[in-house]
Amino acid sequence: MRIGIPKEIDEGEKRVALTPEVAIQLQELGFSLAIETGAGLQASFDDGQYREAGVEIIEDPKELWHSSDIIMKVRPPSQHPELGFYGVELLSKGQTLISFLYPAQNPEMLQELSNRGVTALAMDSVPRISRAQKMDALSSMANIAGYRAVVEASQHFGRFFTGQITAAGKIPPAKVLVIGAGVAGLAAIGAAKSMGAVVRAFDTRPEVKEQVESMDAEFLMLDFDGEDGSGQGGYAKTMSPEFIEAEMALFAEQAKDVDIIITTALIPGKPAPELITEGMVASMKPGSVIVDLAAETGGNCKLTEADQVVVRHGVTLIGYTNLPSRLASQASQLYATNLRHLLSDLCPEKNGEIVVNMEDEVIRGATVVKEGEVTWPPPAPRLSAAPKTDVGDKARVAVKKAEPKPKHPLAFLVPVALAGLGLLGLGSVAPPEFMGHLTVFVLSCFVGYMVIWGVSHSLHTPLMSVTNAISSIIVIGALMQISSEQPLVLILAVLAVFITSINIVGGFAVTQRMLRMFRK
Amino acid sequence: MITGVITASYIGASALFILALGGLSHQESARRGNLYGMLGMGLALVVTIFGIVTNNYLFLLPGMIAGGAIGWYLAKKVEMTQMPELVAILHSLVGLAAVFVGYANALGHSDLGGVEKTIHDIETYVGILIGAVTFTGSVAAYLKLSARISGKPLQLPGRHLFNAGLGVAAVVFGVLFVEQSAAGGGLLWLVLMTVVALVFGVHMVVAIGGADMPVVVSMLNSYSGWAAAAMGFMLGNDLLIVVGALVGSSGAILSYIMCKAMNRRFVSVILGGFGGGSSKSAGAGQAGEAGNVNPIEAEGVAHLLESAKEVMILPGYGMAVAQAQHTVFEISNKLREMGVNVRFGIHPVAGRMPGHMNVLLAEAKVPYDIVYEMDEINKDFPNVDVSVVIGANDIVNPAAQEVPDSPIAGMPVLEPWNGKTTIVLKRGMATGYAGVDNPLFYKDNTRMLFGDAKESVDAVLKFLGR
Repeated sequence: MRIGIPKEIDEGEKRVALTPEVAIQLQELGFSLAIETGAGLQASFDDGQYREAGVEIIEDPKELWHSSDIIMKVRPPSQHPELGFYGVELLSKGQTLISFLYPAQNPEMLQELSNRGVTALAMDSVPRISRAQKMDALSSMANIAGYRAVVEASQHFGRFFTGQITAAGKIPPAKVLVIGAGVAGLAAIGAAKSMGAVVRAFDTRPEVKEQVESMDAEFLMLDFDGEDGSGQGGYAKTMSPEFIEAEMALFAEQAKDVDIIITTALIPGKPAPELITEGMVASMKPGSVIVDLAAETGGNCKLTEADQVVVRHGVTLIGYTNLPSRLASQASQLYATNLRHLLSDLCPEKNGEIVVNMEDEVIRGATVVKEGEVTWPPPAPRLSAAPKTDVGDKARVAVKKAEPKPKHPLAFLVPVALAGLGLLGLGSVAPPEFMGHLTVFVLSCFVGYMVIWGVSHSLHTPLMSVTNAISSIIVIGALMQISSEQPLVLILAVLAVFITSINIVGGFAVTQRMLRMFRK
Repeated sequence: MITGVITASYIGASALFILALGGLSHQESARRGNLYGMLGMGLALVVTIFGIVTNNYLFLLPGMIAGGAIGWYLAKKVEMTQMPELVAILHSLVGLAAVFVGYANALGHSDLGGVEKTIHDIETYVGILIGAVTFTGSVAAYLKLSARISGKPLQLPGRHLFNAGLGVAAVVFGVLFVEQSAAGGGLLWLVLMTVVALVFGVHMVVAIGGADMPVVVSMLNSYSGWAAAAMGFMLGNDLLIVVGALVGSSGAILSYIMCKAMNRRFVSVILGGFGGGSSKSAGAGQAGEAGNVNPIEAEGVAHLLESAKEVMILPGYGMAVAQAQHTVFEISNKLREMGVNVRFGIHPVAGRMPGHMNVLLAEAKVPYDIVYEMDEINKDFPNVDVSVVIGANDIVNPAAQEVPDSPIAGMPVLEPWNGKTTIVLKRGMATGYAGVDNPLFYKDNTRMLFGDAKESVDAVLKFLGR
C-alpha cells in the first residue's frame, strides 16, 4: 500500500509525520511512500534526504491526497490557506487517514469522514495501556512539551537555574514548581533538575510520588487524606471543593517562594482547572516565569493568553500551545516512530497491507471511523495499571504459605539417635581394625563437609575436576595388587593403573588450566 | 620401618589433599591448592611404587606413561564449554578403575576368615557395585551432555518398579555372594551383580532430564568418591578412605547446592522425569498477559548501555552455546572504559555443572572480581540501570516468585525486573528447560533483542562508542 505524507499547513506547525529513518523501516514492512515536496524542511529534513531513503517526492498536494492509500499527518486536516482545498473532501472510500484528530472536538469532521467511507485512526485516541506505549503520541509529544517548557522558562527568566558560589558572590539556585506530574510534568522536572534548579512537584494522584522522588525532586504533600485523584486511563479527575481549597492554599504559599511555575494540569474533555489566581501571580517575585501547558484549553492561570508571552504584575506568562513543534526535528522523529509502531501492529504480515483488526484493543481504541462507520467513542478500556499489584501480593502470600511447617525442636535428635544405635550395633560385631577405618572415614566426611562449604561458588568446576583427580587415588589399590603372580589380577591391575593415570594427569592439568584463567 | 614410612607418607598425602581442597576457598590460593594436590598424589604414588610394588614394573610404567599422556592431551585440548563432558568421562574412569581393583582383589589370595572375611566380602561387593553404577552412569551422562543421546528424560513404563527390582536383585546376589565366598566361590554372583549395577547406572541417568544435569554431574562426582572409600575399606588403606570421604562429601554438597538452586528435592531429581517439556502446567503463568513484548534493535541496546551508570550482565548457558562470551567481555570492557560500572550476575545453575559459568567467563578474560553470585547482587537490582540477560530463561523467571502453581515456584532466581530496564537477548519466544512461560519478557521495562546471541552482541559492540 502507498502511504502519502502531506505538508502540515497549520500556522506555526513545523512537524512532519515521516522522517527518512522511519521511511526505511516502513519500506521494510512492505509499504511504498510519497511525500509532498518541502514537507520536512521546517523539521530539518530536506527532499534529498527523503529521496535517498526511497520516498517519492510529489509536487501537487492534491495529487498526493488522491493517490495515497494511507494519509499520515500530524495535525487534523484543515482548509489549505493557498490552494483552498480541504483535505478530508479529497478522500474517498478505501482510503485511510492516520493523524491527531481530536474526535471529541471535531464531530463535523468525523461525520464528513464517515460520509466518505474513509477509515480514520486518531493518534490521540490510542488507549493508554502499557502495550500501546510505543505508539502513544500524546505521551511522546507531552514529553517534548515538558522539556521545552523549561527551555522557554529559562529564556524568559533573568537568572541562572543552578546555584553557584563565585568570586563575585553567591548565586542561589532557581526554585521550580511543577504542577501535575504526568508525562509532561515529569519531563519538565527532569529538565529543570538537570539544569540545576531546586524542583518541587505537586499532583493529585498520590501514586506518582514515587516517580517524582525517583527524579530527585520534592513531592509536595497535601495534608488531606481520603481522596485519590486517579481517574481512568492514567489521567487525573476533578476533585472535591474541600480538596481544591487545601490545594489552592498550598499554591498560594508556594507562589511567594518559587521563581518558576510550570502547570500541566489537564482533565480530558473539560476546560483546564484554574490553579494559579491573579492574586498568586501578584504575590510572585518580579521576574518570575509561569509556563502554562494547558493554555490551549483555557489555561491553569487566568492571565495566560494562548500562543502569547505576556507580562502581568512583573511575571512573564508563557502560553505557547505548540511547544512540541518548537522542537520540530525531535518531535517529528518521535511522532513518526509512534506511527511506525502503529503501522507494524496494523500490518502483522509485513506485506504492506493494513488490517484494521477491531479485536485488538489498541487498534480498536485508535479507530474512530471504520469504512464509513463512526466507531468513536470506543468501549471503556479493560483495565487500569494500578490494581495489578494486588495479584502479585496475593501470589507472594500464597508462595509463603507453601513453606514447610516448623519441626519439633527435638526432631533433629531422631537421626542422631538412629545413627548412634547403628554404630553400636556395628561395633558389637565388627573387628577392631574395621572400627579403626570407620573412625577415619567418619572423621574425613566431617572434614570434607567443613572444607567444601568454604569453597568459593565460582570455583565449583575446578573443585570437581580436582576432586576427580584425587579420587584416582584408587590407583594405590591397583598398585597394591600389581605385583601379583596371577595373570588375570595383573591384567586388571595394569588396566586400573592405566585409566587412573589418565584421570590423575588429566584432572590436575585441566584444573591448573582453568585456575590460570581466573584473573583480576 | 618401611611400613611406618609408608603410613607417615600417606598421612602427609591426606593432609595435602585437604589443603588442596581448602585452597579453593579463594581465587588467590586456588593454584597453590592444586599444587598441594599434585604433591600429595606424587608422594602417595612414589611411596607406593617403591615401598609396596615388588615386581611387574615393566607393565606398570608403560601403563602409567600411556595413561598420563592421554590425560595430558585431553586436558589441553578440551573446550571450556565441554568441561561437563570431560568431568563426566573422568568420573566414569574412576568407577571403572574401582571395578577393576575390586575384581583384582576378589580374584587374589585372601587369608582372612570368619567375620573379617564377611566384612571384607561386603566391602568388595559394595565397592564394585558403586564403581559399576558410577561407570555406566557417567558414560550415559557424557553421552547426554555431548548430545549424542537425547537430553529428554527416558521414561519407561514402570521404571520405578524396574529400579526396585534391580535393587532387590543386588541385595539377594550380595547375600548369595557372601555365603558362597566363605566357601571359596561366589564369583558368579559378583558378575551378575556387576551386570545389574551397570544397567542401573545407565537407567538412572537416562531417566533424568537435561535441566537436572548439574545435579547428576555432582552426584556422580560424589559416587566416584564413595567408590574410592569403599576400596579403601576393602584394602584396609586409610589414605583411600580419607580421599574417598573428602570427594564423596564434596560431590554430595555440590548436589545439595544445585538442588537448592533449582528448588528441587534430591530424591525427585533421582526419580527423574523433569525438564523434558512434559510439565503439564506449562504456561500456567500469567498467560492472560502474554503476547505483548517490546522488541529493540542492537543500536538501541548500545545507546541504553552507554547512557547507563550501572549495568548488570546475566549470562546463561545459551551465551556459551553461541560462543558469545568473548564479545560480551569486549562490550563490558568498552563500557568500563566509558565509566559504566559493569558487573556479572551468576545463578548457581547458569551452566551445565556447578561453577561452569564462572569458568567460561574466566576463559573470556572477565576479571573474577566483577563476577558476583546471585545472593550477592539480587539486592542491588533497584540501582541497576540496565540488566542484560543473555541466553538465559528460567533463572530470571519472576513466575518462580509470583505464580504459586508454577512448576518452578520457589526456585531462587535473579531479579532484573527490579532494575530500571532489562534487555533480553533471545533467539525466539521459546521456553527454557522447565518449559514455563516467562512473564519477564512481557514486563513494561523489558526490551527483547531477538536473534542469535553471538550476532546480537557483535552488533551491539559495533554500535558502542559511535
